[in-house]
Amino acid sequence: MPASSAGIRDVEPPARGDRYKVEDSRMADTVQSWVPGLQQAGVRPSARSGLSKFLRQRSTIAFLFCLPLIAIITCLVIYPAFYSIYLSMLNKAQTRFIGLGNFSYLLSRDVFWMVVQQSAIFALSAVFFKALIGLITAHLINNLPAKGQRKWRGMLLVPWVIPLALSSLGWWWLFDPTHSAFNWILTGLGFDEVPWLSNPYWARFSVILVNVWYGAPFFLIMYLAALKSVPEQLYEAAAIDGANAWQKFIHITLPMMRNIIAITVLFSLIVTFANFDIVQIMTAGGPRNMTHVFATYAFLLGIRSGDLPLGAATSLFMFPILAIAAVFILRGVRKRGREIG
Amino acid sequence: MGSSRLSRRAVLKTAALGSAAAITAPYVSGVHAAGTLTLGCWDHWVPGANKALDKICKEWGDKNNVDVHIDYITSQGEKDKLTAAAEAQAGTGHDIMSHRDWNIQIHQRLLEPLDDVVAQLIKQYGPISPVAEYLAKIKGTWRGIPTAIGSQVKPCQSRFDLYKEHCGIDLVDMFPADESKYDKAKTDQWTWDVYLDSAQKLHKAGYPVGLPMGQTSDAVDWVGALFNSFGVVMIDEKDNIKVNSDETRKALEYLKKLMAVNPPEVYAWDDAGNNRWIISGKGSGIMNPPSSWAVAKRDNPKVAENIWLHAMPRGPKGRYVGQLPQFYGLWSFSKNKSAGKDLLLHMSQKESIAQLVAASIGYDLPSFKSMYDLDTWKTVEPPKGVVYSYPPRGDELTSMFGAPARSEVGAQMYNQAINTVMVAKLTQGNEKIDDVIKWAEKELEGTLRA
Repeated sequence: MPASSAGIRDVEPPARGDRYKVEDSRMADTVQSWVPGLQQAGVRPSARSGLSKFLRQRSTIAFLFCLPLIAIITCLVIYPAFYSIYLSMLNKAQTRFIGLGNFSYLLSRDVFWMVVQQSAIFALSAVFFKALIGLITAHLINNLPAKGQRKWRGMLLVPWVIPLALSSLGWWWLFDPTHSAFNWILTGLGFDEVPWLSNPYWARFSVILVNVWYGAPFFLIMYLAALKSVPEQLYEAAAIDGANAWQKFIHITLPMMRNIIAITVLFSLIVTFANFDIVQIMTAGGPRNMTHVFATYAFLLGIRSGDLPLGAATSLFMFPILAIAAVFILRGVRKRGREIG
Repeated sequence: MGSSRLSRRAVLKTAALGSAAAITAPYVSGVHAAGTLTLGCWDHWVPGANKALDKICKEWGDKNNVDVHIDYITSQGEKDKLTAAAEAQAGTGHDIMSHRDWNIQIHQRLLEPLDDVVAQLIKQYGPISPVAEYLAKIKGTWRGIPTAIGSQVKPCQSRFDLYKEHCGIDLVDMFPADESKYDKAKTDQWTWDVYLDSAQKLHKAGYPVGLPMGQTSDAVDWVGALFNSFGVVMIDEKDNIKVNSDETRKALEYLKKLMAVNPPEVYAWDDAGNNRWIISGKGSGIMNPPSSWAVAKRDNPKVAENIWLHAMPRGPKGRYVGQLPQFYGLWSFSKNKSAGKDLLLHMSQKESIAQLVAASIGYDLPSFKSMYDLDTWKTVEPPKGVVYSYPPRGDELTSMFGAPARSEVGAQMYNQAINTVMVAKLTQGNEKIDDVIKWAEKELEGTLRA
């Protein structure tokens, strides 16, 4: 932007309401200097078209830059979202509008409530452990000498970089019901085999474990960035006051990281609630439907059973749950932001 | 997704040859228009089997001056079903699409009636499998044509050496590779009670049978066949829920004993779990098409040499085997329907089927019993005749879990695996039989919404 040019620095600061007007005139000057032929041809600023004025507005440029993204979001997010709402209100053959019929049907099914419960267990426990492991490892890495940090950061990010479908398949081989590599080691050490995927409770544990393995590096990198932004002077002042490591963590690190923790948790909660790959590849919702989450159950009803409207209704149940969580978390973030400001 | 482009459109010859074809053959009436025909076909797991279909379509395309283009779509991750669902939503895509299990019922409103083609085939080859009819004849109209490709039944696949050694049962003698030599007195002895007794002996000997109890089709199919043998009806044709019956209780009591001698991991098996079980040499028997035998032939030949496919055990209400046919459907938005019908008829001729069955080493199963005399099933080895009894023979009938309920209802029951969840609740969850039946009644009530 021309705001950095030497000539502009000499200009008196504008009144609040005139800000954009003044910047606009500065931009106009700069454009003229970039296009010498314009002045030579006798083209005066007043003769410029309305379109070129419009294009030189800061908000217009910003909008144009965002346009490809807006188009993608409109086509791939907003349209499908509204279409799925429309779809969820149709009958199975998609020939008749049935209002909230699919939703009320789902609410009357035991299996659906089990899916709700399992999705909550899956998402909440996975996000909790991802946050905990991310926080611990971020501290450990932050305390490493600068030379070794990059190497560890790179290695610990590997689970997050591998495509989830591939890593889930790898984990499935490790948990294979008949030829599990883990069980081979356990029996070699004299322990009993663990029914990783054939017992519903172990199967729940296994899918949560894989999700934590995959997602913890995201928390790690976010928390590491947050840790590095905490001013060193605060720790020095606390050390002078005689604070130990735990007190520094509780009274300095944690309050300074609260916003990033909240936003990371919210983001992860959304992604974990909507997870499909891990459960579908490892258990496909079994045994006894006891590992189904919203996405896999929606796939079962919508694609395998051919009831797209019911599948759409199932997946839409995530929306209010996540919206409520988002409102509370973001309200907390704003509140803390105001306190800090 | 693999693809192969067959003949190129011979533009100048089209009108003349097409018109001639229209005059001489009953289903070539539209082929004179030539043009292109696109097929979305199930990607066969047997190496080289797709080539047989390529060849059949190329022959037909060359003869009729139609450019046939085939896309092979895997069923891994239900990609074929996703493709069909996407095409149905978009109203555009291939002309002909292969549909597994319940997909004809799911897309019935967008599938062209094929009564004329099926009528011709029945005239040529006699009655069609009742399971195929249940799945593809919707409200009196055939919306799909049963194809041999990928169609299967899931009979017993047993280690005859282990049965002989530990149970004193000679399965090869009981089900020889020649139906005319079937001895009713011997085959009648192969009952679910005998199966349980031998499963207990084999378990004791360290070679348990491996019967999947997850929520995938292998599990649903064999439990469905057993339920039929015991006379269990979940929902009848008139939407009456019938699961609360003595037959259901007897079947569940039986399954409680049978599952106790299965490996505990069967509750987590997918459709490949039982295959791996028999191939590993640990297992004595599964219920599956010959795919596991074919893989054993490659990976563990000694096991393959001792495998024998044979009929399912007989229950109080008969002998049933789970059948899972595949179909071809012609989309109503196809622009070359007449040519599509003609190709479907050509692909369903016995000569074409013989090529497909041979290419799939006997895995592909036609829906016409009159075609069960093809040479492939007699000659495949080792041991010679191993897959002879793969097609249902003797008194064995095919079954589909979900029938006789309306197919819309049956599809929900099948895809939600209500039968195997019932068994798992009883045998793994240790729930009481009455509680399991009560749960099933509530779930079945939900399926009636369809």
